[in-house]
Amino acid sequence: MIPEFASNLLAFLPEWVQFVVWYGVVAVILFISVILTMAFLTLAERRVIGSIQARIGPNRVGPFGLLQPFADVLKLMVKEIVIPSNSNRFLFVVAPLLSVIPALAAWAVIPLWPGFAVADINAGVLYLLALSSAGVYGIILAGWAANSKYAFLGAMRAAAQMVAYEIAMGFAVVGVIMAAQSLNLTDIIEAQRGGVLSFYWFWLLPLAVVFFVSGLAETNRAPFDVVEGESEIVAGFHVEYSGMAFAVFFVAEYVNMILVSAMTAVFFFGGWLSPLEGYPGVPAWLQAPHFLWFFLKISFFLFCFLWFRATFPRYRYDQIMRLGWKIFIPVTLVWIFVEGLMLVYEIGPWRS
Amino acid sequence: MSIPEILFYAFAAVLVVAAIGVITARNPVHAALFLVFAFFNSAVLWLLMEAEFLAIVLALVYVGAVMVLFLFVVMMLDINVAQMRQGFTRYAPLGIVIALIVVAEIASVVWVRSLGDEELSAAAASADVVGYNNTRALGELLYSKYLYPFEVAAVILLLAIVAAIVLTMRRRAGMKQQDVARQVAVRARDRVRIVKMEAEKET
Repeated sequence: MIPEFASNLLAFLPEWVQFVVWYGVVAVILFISVILTMAFLTLAERRVIGSIQARIGPNRVGPFGLLQPFADVLKLMVKEIVIPSNSNRFLFVVAPLLSVIPALAAWAVIPLWPGFAVADINAGVLYLLALSSAGVYGIILAGWAANSKYAFLGAMRAAAQMVAYEIAMGFAVVGVIMAAQSLNLTDIIEAQRGGVLSFYWFWLLPLAVVFFVSGLAETNRAPFDVVEGESEIVAGFHVEYSGMAFAVFFVAEYVNMILVSAMTAVFFFGGWLSPLEGYPGVPAWLQAPHFLWFFLKISFFLFCFLWFRATFPRYRYDQIMRLGWKIFIPVTLVWIFVEGLMLVYEIGPWRS
Repeated sequence: MSIPEILFYAFAAVLVVAAIGVITARNPVHAALFLVFAFFNSAVLWLLMEAEFLAIVLALVYVGAVMVLFLFVVMMLDINVAQMRQGFTRYAPLGIVIALIVVAEIASVVWVRSLGDEELSAAAASADVVGYNNTRALGELLYSKYLYPFEVAAVILLLAIVAAIVLTMRRRAGMKQQDVARQVAVRARDRVRIVKMEAEKET
């Protein structure tokens, strides 16, 4: 709903125009914040991996290299966008958009701080899952439209991998829904009140691990990055893309990383709730729910993304398929059953 | 016309165009993409009717999973469109009969509504209540009143999965397979033997 100060400000307009203006402004602000976060994430990635590999990383452009992302964007903008002559022109141009739009649209339902989500809808969890699975079209179409064997192989790998890990991800979320008794993301966070041990990671640890690792695989990040495995298929699905067209795929990948981190924080780590809530001797301002808690949790998971990339070697393709189908899906099924028993016998801090 | 009506006609028109595109597109990949587009538009129509659960599940299941696999297969096949078009007149009567059956089915559903069934009108009335949760209402009905048919449907689906695997699984003689458990169990000392040797000195 529109807050009072905005409706006072826009009082001269008809109600539905107020609606459109307010949500338009909110969406643009959210869009800019997500893109800025994504820009600094690319810098953070290079600096963190630099530190892990005992080198410095980019530190020349601006103080501590803080202007590096903007320099990168400028460079990509002035580059030529090459469209292969035998490609399917329309799909080739549309594919990057198809991968970035779902990634950005998903942010609409994420509850950012207490009492605020752009759209606090009842079926928020389903909306997130639907959009994250729609993102694969951009990758598949990019691979097919480019009319290149490497790109096509990358697209095929992406399709198989995403479908496999989506199932595990969906099952992990089913566990969360069972515990919170709701599909609304704000309700899911509220149901986890009461400090770090009543967050769902504690009771649903196998599901939390499966969810985050599936998230790694869904975003095609190392060690699951066979989709763009450069030692085998050059750059995978975006091998024919250059300039801003490539940059849009890049944005989609990093926004998806932030999204998976945010989803993990919301589903298993209490979103904007304080982990210190309810502990004696902790000052009240540390116990209060705040946006900064959410931000810290997202930052931690993003750091894990970078950390894993610098640590693990790439999985072999058959190992990825085995992990998804033969290990994650049975693990989630077993834990959903265990959780069902816990719910029936009222073990754990579930909402009744 | 109210705004929801305008939206309905706009999306319905796009839906019909997309559906025609599915059967007229020459390239099978384009046809599959038109189908995805049609699914998205019908999801929007359901959203307009405030059936958000059905709308999102349609996008999740059909767009997100079924059509991805469909595209996967279609992209790898080399379909000869001219050959597929052969025998159009031969199959046309069958097609027309099926189309008529579908039209009759849709008409019967609309006709049942006009009878004023109690349950249907109760469901329509409850949708206007503030705080009404479509998803919860659907779940409660599905898991209480229609539990038995629901479970039968689930078992049939499971059967279909098992049948699909059984039909496509082939075991050829002399195929080499990895035993992952054995691969994981391997330790460095099983593979590498470090031999201590005296250095050979030239005298």
